[in-house]
Amino acid sequence: MEGIKDKVAIVGMGCTKFGELWDKSVEDLLVEAAYEAFEDAGIGPKDIQAAWLGTVFSGLTAISLAPLRLQYIPITRVENMCATGSEALRAASYAVAAGVFDLVLAIGVEKLKDQGITGVAGRPGDVGNSTIGTPGIAPGYSAPASFAHLATRYFHDNKLDPDEGKRVLAQIAVKNHHNGSLNPKAHFQNEITVEQAVNAPIVAWPLGLFDSCGVSDGAAAAIVTRADMAKNFRSDPLYIKALAISVGARQGTMRQDYDFAHIEENRRGSAMAYREAGITEPRKEISMAEVHDCFTIHELLVYEDLGFSPIGRAPEDVKAGTFTLEGDLPVNTDGGLKCFGHPLGASGLRMMYEIYKQFQGKAGPRQIKNPRLGLTHNLGGQSGSAICSCFIVGNEKG
Amino acid sequence: MVGIVSKGIHIPIYRLSRDDIAKMWGGRSASGEKAVASYDEDSLTMAVAAAMDCMKQSEQQMDGLFFATTTSPYREKQVATTIATAADLPRVSRTADFTSSLRAATAAINSAIDAVKSGSAKNILVTAADIRMAAANSKREQEFGDGAVALMIGSDNVIASIDGSYSIFDEIYDVWRTNEDDVVRSGDDRFANTKGYLPVMQEAISGLMNKHGLKPADFAKVVYYAPDAKNHASLAKSLGFDPKAQVQDPLYSIVGNTGVASSLMMLVAALDEAKPGDKILLASYGNGSDAFVLSVTENITKIKDGPKVADRLARKLPLSYEKYIGWRNLMPIEGVRLPERTAPSIPALFRERRGVLALYGVKCKQCGTPQYPVTRICAVCQAKDDFEDYKFSDKRGKLFTYAIDRLALTPSPPGINGVIDFDDGGRILCDITDCDIKEVKIGLPMEMTFRKIYESSGITSYYWKGRPVL
Repeated sequence: MEGIKDKVAIVGMGCTKFGELWDKSVEDLLVEAAYEAFEDAGIGPKDIQAAWLGTVFSGLTAISLAPLRLQYIPITRVENMCATGSEALRAASYAVAAGVFDLVLAIGVEKLKDQGITGVAGRPGDVGNSTIGTPGIAPGYSAPASFAHLATRYFHDNKLDPDEGKRVLAQIAVKNHHNGSLNPKAHFQNEITVEQAVNAPIVAWPLGLFDSCGVSDGAAAAIVTRADMAKNFRSDPLYIKALAISVGARQGTMRQDYDFAHIEENRRGSAMAYREAGITEPRKEISMAEVHDCFTIHELLVYEDLGFSPIGRAPEDVKAGTFTLEGDLPVNTDGGLKCFGHPLGASGLRMMYEIYKQFQGKAGPRQIKNPRLGLTHNLGGQSGSAICSCFIVGNEKG
Repeated sequence: MVGIVSKGIHIPIYRLSRDDIAKMWGGRSASGEKAVASYDEDSLTMAVAAAMDCMKQSEQQMDGLFFATTTSPYREKQVATTIATAADLPRVSRTADFTSSLRAATAAINSAIDAVKSGSAKNILVTAADIRMAAANSKREQEFGDGAVALMIGSDNVIASIDGSYSIFDEIYDVWRTNEDDVVRSGDDRFANTKGYLPVMQEAISGLMNKHGLKPADFAKVVYYAPDAKNHASLAKSLGFDPKAQVQDPLYSIVGNTGVASSLMMLVAALDEAKPGDKILLASYGNGSDAFVLSVTENITKIKDGPKVADRLARKLPLSYEKYIGWRNLMPIEGVRLPERTAPSIPALFRERRGVLALYGVKCKQCGTPQYPVTRICAVCQAKDDFEDYKFSDKRGKLFTYAIDRLALTPSPPGINGVIDFDDGGRILCDITDCDIKEVKIGLPMEMTFRKIYESSGITSYYWKGRPVL
């Protein structure tokens, strides 16, 4: 088992502004993200040999990529819940690594605001069920509730008084809002205070409005090529070091030994990624991470699950500012799902877009110093049964 | 000897104060309160709850289930089968629905008695439930309450024998409801009571006593239906029963008139306090009357100590009229903006009916872990197809984690949902109901309760939820 390390590279990326884009269609978003990526890579659509489209709700088949008018090339639509955008990049990278193609497109899109509702349609309990076969009796709970289950138990197990726990979570929201305020493409670009966050309306107790990420429209795209050809396109490509996905089998909702205070898929997925990339001390070796802060409690769990903080000690690191732009390990420098927004199919690629720009020194006021290894992480599904993607990239080919 | 083998009851935990109803409409309060079925309950689910309660108190095997109601969720489709599936009766069982009359429950009891006497059934579970609606601002709006009763009718180990019965029918319009009516219609109540209720009940009860050579003083308790407390009192007086010593409290002030369940609920309360040798008179009313003589046996002292009616009444939560309006869909109310749920796949529902309706999971024969839902591969040891059936509906557990969910699809936000770890192993992620958000906490003892989940395309989906142990 060789792994993906240093076999492929990203040589072009595009990302639309995220937000409530009432005046833009799926077509607009796909064209804008793809053409920014083409231009960035110095190529045209005719150079693309195959494409992978990631979307959860905004298209059912590969034909959903029709707006790009690619000319009869192989296209596949992929879906892996909130890891869908990452899944598109993974599939595209594997095809290049297999030597079947030299230059491919991975693109993700979602127009959640066309649903005409608050939040996201589809209940967590339905994730992974056959739409036709389900008897329709799954609990009627919301996505925030699924993560509130984690918060309730994390607070309990770590003896955090709910008020104190909410203040810890609030600091994560404040950080991500600060980062978002420095990002012209982010859905939310406003700073908030801890007081605002803890006093915000409750969505699913103990989680409030500012613990929840934006429900947004957007698209992002990546051009992937062979690592040995990357420098033909640009001097500063991003080399892929690991592409790990760990998928649960509902163990957490069926077995009493799951504690609801961590996500097992996060631990397994990140361990896989570190092994593939040859990382032994993630806290020291990773320069920056874009992680799945769909809800603040999950960003907190990710610090522990991915080995950034010792188990049970993430709140201390939050208080110490470890994950801020100036900290030891900046996390969600672009505002994260919280502020950049979370169009499901685009999010994984949006995270990669931020790392790509940071590594090229193009992150403006959010720029961090001398990054070497970056990590993107998504979590789809629900607490107790999830899909985790954990990707690692670097600016040097090993 | 045919009689009652065990008894079960379900009184919804919500109470609507009659003062609140009166205040809402600027009318007079009849004082007291009425039990109100939760937004996720209907006659069917309440009957399941009563049936489960009844079955807990007897080891007897059943081979029949009857359901009596005037408020069936379906006009065509048997409801007794859904109740029998949820209560996990053996496949070879008689089932039938008795409807359209407040006398439906005693009609079911008469049929059960005949079936047991003739030897064609051993034990029949008779369930009775109602959730009747009256026009807003009507006298009956204050009077009607919701609830359910289950009585197991059999011939072994009866706690009360049914020694005789007397039935009459009577053609009159007093209360009625057409297929199109949402609420009960009525004519002139003075006419209905003086030409209907009072003479019919007098005739049936007198007829019963004459038939069996009994006089009023022979009864330790008399239990009978009445449209309201006033008529209840008038009837006792006219027949010469001692209101204090003999007449069973009709529960009207604290539960309300529960329709077909009403007289049987009083009977269950009477049996809670009965002594061996007590004679009890039971009479229903509804286009006639069915009257019965019962004799309490020594077995009454041996039945398991289940909760009594009085215990059930102790746990209650207040309900505001505003919430009641939403729960009964009396006017459109702004809710969570999510798309309507589509109806479940009928083949999938059929295939999974035991898992969905009876809450069957499996227990792995290799590692011994109970699991829900049914699985082909063990979630713990990955053994394939090596399981025994395992029922979770009657298991207790503790709340492991939870959320108070303001985006949940519920007509009564906020919803509570969470994870229950069963005391004997196994875990379920489910909605929590009948729970005040102030009392929810990790470790709260939970039991399972059968509830209505949602309606779509004419199909009502039913499933289990967790609730704090009563």
